[in-house]
Amino acid sequence: MNIQKTATFKAGDYKSDLTPVWCPGCGDFHVLLSVTKALAELGTPPENVAVISGIGCSSRIPAYTNCYGFHGVHGRSLALGAGLKVARPDLTVMVMSGDGDGFSIGGNHFLHACRRNIDMTYIVMDNRVYGMTKGQPSPTTEPDWDSALSPGGTGLSPFHPLVIALASGANFVAREFSGDIKGSTRTIVEAVRHPGFSFVEILSPCVTFRPDEREWKNQTHAAAVEATDDPARAARRIMTDDGFNVGILYRGHRKPYETHVKDTAGDPAVLEEEFAI
Amino acid sequence: MRAPGHLKKSISFAIIGSGGAGALTAGAILLETAGKAGWYGIMNRSVGPQIRGGEAAALVRLSTHPVNCMAESFDFVIAIDWRNADRFAAEMPLAADGLAIGDSAGGDVPATIVASGVTLAQLAMKDLAGSVKGGRENMIAAGLAAKLAGLPIDSVMAVIEAKLASKGEEAINASRTCISIGAQEAERFEHSFHLDKPVPGSARRWLITGNEAIGLGAVRGGVRFAAAYPITPATEVLEWLAPALTRVGGALVQAEDELASINMAIGASFGGRASITATSGPGLALMVEALGLATASEIPIVVVDVMRGGPSTGIPTKSEQSDLNIAVYGCHGDAPHIVVAPLSVADCLFTAQWAVHLAEAMQAPAIVLSDQSLGQARALVDRPADIAFVGKRKVLESEVEATYHRYALTGSGVSPMALPGTAGGQYTADGLTHTTKGIPSSKESDHQNQLDKRRHKIESFDYGNHWADIETSNGAGTETQFTILTWGSLAGPAREAMHILAAEGIAVKLLAMRLISPFLKQSFLDALQGSQRILIVEQTHSGQFHEYLRAKCDLPGEVRHFHRAGPKLIGPAEICTRIRDWKTS
Amino acid sequence: MTGDAATRLIETAGELLAHAYQMELEAQERYGYLADQMQMHNNVDLTKLFRELARVEGIHASGILEQMKDMQVPQIRPPDYKWSGGESPEVVDMGDMHYMMSPRQALLLALKAEQSAFEFFDYLLKSTDNQEIRHFAAEFAEEEQEHVELVLRELKKYPESDEPAREDMDPPTQQE
Repeated sequence: MNIQKTATFKAGDYKSDLTPVWCPGCGDFHVLLSVTKALAELGTPPENVAVISGIGCSSRIPAYTNCYGFHGVHGRSLALGAGLKVARPDLTVMVMSGDGDGFSIGGNHFLHACRRNIDMTYIVMDNRVYGMTKGQPSPTTEPDWDSALSPGGTGLSPFHPLVIALASGANFVAREFSGDIKGSTRTIVEAVRHPGFSFVEILSPCVTFRPDEREWKNQTHAAAVEATDDPARAARRIMTDDGFNVGILYRGHRKPYETHVKDTAGDPAVLEEEFAI
Repeated sequence: MRAPGHLKKSISFAIIGSGGAGALTAGAILLETAGKAGWYGIMNRSVGPQIRGGEAAALVRLSTHPVNCMAESFDFVIAIDWRNADRFAAEMPLAADGLAIGDSAGGDVPATIVASGVTLAQLAMKDLAGSVKGGRENMIAAGLAAKLAGLPIDSVMAVIEAKLASKGEEAINASRTCISIGAQEAERFEHSFHLDKPVPGSARRWLITGNEAIGLGAVRGGVRFAAAYPITPATEVLEWLAPALTRVGGALVQAEDELASINMAIGASFGGRASITATSGPGLALMVEALGLATASEIPIVVVDVMRGGPSTGIPTKSEQSDLNIAVYGCHGDAPHIVVAPLSVADCLFTAQWAVHLAEAMQAPAIVLSDQSLGQARALVDRPADIAFVGKRKVLESEVEATYHRYALTGSGVSPMALPGTAGGQYTADGLTHTTKGIPSSKESDHQNQLDKRRHKIESFDYGNHWADIETSNGAGTETQFTILTWGSLAGPAREAMHILAAEGIAVKLLAMRLISPFLKQSFLDALQGSQRILIVEQTHSGQFHEYLRAKCDLPGEVRHFHRAGPKLIGPAEICTRIRDWKTS
Repeated sequence: MTGDAATRLIETAGELLAHAYQMELEAQERYGYLADQMQMHNNVDLTKLFRELARVEGIHASGILEQMKDMQVPQIRPPDYKWSGGESPEVVDMGDMHYMMSPRQALLLALKAEQSAFEFFDYLLKSTDNQEIRHFAAEFAEEEQEHVELVLRELKKYPESDEPAREDMDPPTQQE
């Protein structure tokens, strides 16, 4: 949990001067807006926030913020964020990437990040497609979605990221729709405040390769039940999810990762004693 | 037992056994005993593929002066049993006047040992151990070896007591009894192999492995974060760092794979902490992409590669120097970075510490090419001198008024790095080619500028004298007939060869490179001034080091090349043979 | 975005002024941001149009700021503004953008935004008893109605019959 002393910041304080290269209409614009509004509400100074990403359209986001950023290599954003947070627990670490980066090449790191439960927030902008590389299916794409690389559709069941997060031990699990600024902002604020590993999947339409996703604003709906801290109840609920329930699914009580770092840094000179003959 | 005649400068022996016999423990006890008595030494080990209960050989060399490799031949071997000992035979060639003592109940003497002509003897170690309640054969062997080597028995006892303190009085007494029995049995043999008095060395000496020395060097250099994924033969670096780091206010995280460990270390370094990970060849192959990221985004990071037999899974428990190519050339694109290689077990500490300093100073990756022959060797060394190298990163000091350019073009090529938390210093580190401000760019001028910057900072850095150890056997400035040119762990065998040849009147220069990349062409050629016959020595199948040198410069004089893949380590004797042959050819 | 129960919670005229000001400010910011996006994507017509709309909203905002000078206006935290969505009613939704959008299409979105703004004040006017609030609500509703007229006039310049069938003949490009 990173509760900084509340200063007055506006959402605009967290935006950089760089105009995003995202296609106009991209859901990621909304996500950027919600993230900046959330950070303003949290009151963390921009220099104390680190936005870590991988590769993909959504992973462009760090440079569009006024925070410290790291645009890393494909699929490894969670590892970058983990190392940073352990070395610098004073920072607010936000890892942000897309469904390809996060669930395909990054899949293994996703499992272990949930399990390791380091105190950071992971936001995946899920547009169910590989946008940066011109429209291939991603692990969350519907099985019948036609594409050049998988004509007729992959025929594969899409990943259910919330199920995976829950099963792997994430301490906070939620889904939002990018167009719902209010809901997204509120959930991001809670996610950052919640100790341990917080995972938020934000459905974020791709205007260029998935124009059909404009329908999401009509399909997404608040979940019928409240968030729970009981993993079993959350599991039952999520297994019958239609993929469009938004809201917080699960708020757990696992202790965040501890590094057993002793408060006082000892003198390295003592380390040679075991070798003295 | 005959009283020892000629006292030796160095003796080597092996203790072998299988099925949990404890051969390696026996060897370690003897090494420590020798150390306490003032001698130097080094121990390697050779094992079968089993996790436990396999065949194991403790290969021990004791000496009056510091040694960095195995000798050309072994004086005696004690086999608790001979099962599958063929596996080790090539690694412990016995001297003609040597001794092989085995337990007849433990299998047949390997044919190669029989053929070597050494004296064969029997000792029923199993029975002897059985006669003592809680007795162990390896303690019988240890006592026997100690007496044959002239080690004071009460020193052995002292080491035993400390080592077995947690096992209780009974275990200690049983072991003491077995040591005594073994020592007693030594009287039966005609042979003895006693060491001369040790040279006066440092009052403070250590017993340490190369892997431990790497860890200690890294911490001294300022490392306070490590990410770990285990791999043979590097795991001990990480296992040593885990508790050590917490004692100095740092942390180690175990990662799910090497892709995670290298990226975690980069993330921690981005946050301002000097960071490290350790791996071997297969792990380095996975890390290569991230090393490119660290290079392009100018983030310091130290990666230790404890090399093993390659390619692919290769021979995990044996040493080789065949990761030179991937360390130097592995990244896609042009990604200049630092590659260093320790020259001995003790030098592992210096080189690791230096690597942290270099990485932090130049905001770039530094790969440390150690290998299994250093990493898992346990050596008695003079306590290494404290060195001043501590990682000092050029950091943006305080809140900035003007716009901060993370990747500004500076004279040295090194631009101050803003650490997260510094107001006004916000930037996005990126693997994409970028402007001086760090904004992604595909412009030719930006690409050229940043490539020039990163190359310049590596190539123009002042590495001082540490890029290589240059020694001559007959005093500096005098003519030498031959130069032995090598790198990393082969410095030890090469140096020993140099001394052997010197005693025969053949003057030799040794040039052992510690800094592999960047290649300091002028320094290198200056060092080879006057060298007319150069023997390049390396432990690779394809000759990677030789090709690297030829790619970088025109080698002077006549050049010959001695190279071989592992697992049989190149030793001093073989190097001497090649020089002698060259002299007469 | 239509007026709803949230607006009924506005309790003072000062609070209403604050909301009205924020609406213009957000609209100005949003049109500016959309202009940047269109500039990045080389849509010259829409860059010009959005810049102009941003300028006009800026004038509205300054006007309200003048009005606020002599009033008690509360400081409102961003999440506490009483509109039902996360943004004010007068902003154009970024999700409705397209890089090859025509001025007519953009103006239709602007029209929607101004209509939402009108409805916000109109609803308040109809649902509050507070005279002071009613006074300002009526004033702002009338102003927003003027903005609606303005946009409609602009729309006449871009009749539907003249809409080009816009298609980008180039395929998408890969970037990373």
